[in-house]
Amino acid sequence: MTSTVSASVPRPRARGSSLGKLLADDKLATIALFLPPALLLYTLFVILPIGEAGFYSAFSWNGFGSPTNWVGLDNYRYVFENRAFGLALRNNVLIIVVSLLIQLPLALALAIALSERFRGAVALRMLFFLPYVLAEIATGLIFSFVYDGNYGLLASIWRLFGAEAPHLLASPQTSMLAILIVIVWKYFGFHMMLYIAALQGIDRSLIEAARIDGASRFELLRYVVIPLLSPTIRLSVFFSVVGSLQLFDLIMPLTRGGPADSSNTIVSFLYNFGVMRMRVGFGSAVGVILFCICVTFAFTYKRWMMRDD
Amino acid sequence: MTSPSRTRRRFDPAPLYKALFLTLVAAFVTVPLITTVLGGFKSLGELRTNPFGLPQSWEWENYWGILASKRYWMLLRNSLIIASLSTFLTLAVAAMAGFVFAHLKFFGSRMLGEYLTLGLLFPAATAILPLFIKVRDLGLLDTYFGVVLPQVAFSLAMSILLFRRFFKDLPPELLEAALIDGCSYIDYFRHMTLPLSRPILATVGTIAFVHSWNAYLVPLVMLNSDALYPWPLGIMVYQGEYSAEWNLILAFITLTILPTIVLFLLAQKHIVAGLTAGAVKG
Repeated sequence: MTSTVSASVPRPRARGSSLGKLLADDKLATIALFLPPALLLYTLFVILPIGEAGFYSAFSWNGFGSPTNWVGLDNYRYVFENRAFGLALRNNVLIIVVSLLIQLPLALALAIALSERFRGAVALRMLFFLPYVLAEIATGLIFSFVYDGNYGLLASIWRLFGAEAPHLLASPQTSMLAILIVIVWKYFGFHMMLYIAALQGIDRSLIEAARIDGASRFELLRYVVIPLLSPTIRLSVFFSVVGSLQLFDLIMPLTRGGPADSSNTIVSFLYNFGVMRMRVGFGSAVGVILFCICVTFAFTYKRWMMRDD
Repeated sequence: MTSPSRTRRRFDPAPLYKALFLTLVAAFVTVPLITTVLGGFKSLGELRTNPFGLPQSWEWENYWGILASKRYWMLLRNSLIIASLSTFLTLAVAAMAGFVFAHLKFFGSRMLGEYLTLGLLFPAATAILPLFIKVRDLGLLDTYFGVVLPQVAFSLAMSILLFRRFFKDLPPELLEAALIDGCSYIDYFRHMTLPLSRPILATVGTIAFVHSWNAYLVPLVMLNSDALYPWPLGIMVYQGEYSAEWNLILAFITLTILPTIVLFLLAQKHIVAGLTAGAVKG
């Protein structure tokens, strides 16, 4: 065994005294060389900024010079009093609800349909996964064409029936609906792939046994397949929620959060009200609130829903 | 449900429903994509009257005009540079750290490991303003590295996790034997771990590349000059300039998502594995 390894490993250098000490030094050298780049980058660009967000959020500051105008918790008060922030929160909740009630069942149904072997099943899987690979910006632009009141696809379908086309994205009542459809279009394939991977890991004999025992299709799904998939379903719920909390790229090409702030998410609210106006304190407060939502959700969900995984 | 034919072979409608269902979803996915590609070949007037069908006259100049422009190639070049740098740095930095966490126990290694996984819990958007100020104070605003370094930093947590698990699953006898033979950890990493780690390098590399190629928020905040814009920023500018000329915008969209689609067709296995890997086992 040793000989096979040393064949592909550089010849050991002749080393004198205590092997243990040398190994310890080697260990130390490796740690000292391999760890700092990751730790430095991570601390500098991930941990410090989120700490600084907490610090800046107590100031009214436009980003120039150093923050001196201490305002305590006022920024948080302004955020919560802002009508647009309330709407953004509502929209994030809406996205989560649609993800859970429409996107996940759709993904599951497709996964079940496509996990059987038939001609074209693999091609369809790839086709349904494709939207997930496309950039959010490209997706958003494609759908802003689809929804366009003059040239768009929807408009021409409407005209076929002789009706005047609605400008879905231009009305506060429908802008969010239009975005939700795009979200389903873009992300269902990802969840479908998760389910397909999980279905392939399921022991087929369990399903066969239930079938022989006379289980109907629905019973098979309800009492065998879904329970077996439940770790994956919980994971996919987790990803839906986390993904919806950071949704931004898709909003910009479609509506930029408008009209009348009807389609902001928390992140696009942060961008429109914090970054665009260089209100560092205010934007940081939004960031801190989002951070708290993400962390609280991750911890409670892991504790309550994924403890047996 | 099918009472008349009960005595004979029952007609089972399920496959029919399934086919219908799959066709509907396939149409839902493909119609926007196909009309985008075809729309690029139409004149503006035809786009309005005939949005679905094949173009009556193929207007190649929409596409040629863009392909002949410096702008398109500059956007792709910028994206390629940024995504390649991000991918390379992520692989190098995360593989080294993952190696340490997989094989070396030291005082505080557990704590450091947990410190690094904190990054999984929140997106870059939460700290985008302080991140902007940090990059500005470092003098990296409006440079490739101002985009690359934050992207790498935010992909580290997941990448290190994936590397550590893969390295741990390699047969431990290899390391023991190499150490007994006097091989150093660093040599072992270079000559044994890396050559054995192609699958995980491909997986992590794919995630890093696709995320960076598609990224919008970080470049939007960090870059000011058009000359450095990656394509998602450039296409938004383009759309702003040609706001009503949808045929040109559609051609531009088609040409910018073309590299992604080609890459996807060539490397679908790696891409699917990569983009779902973090999820399935994370």
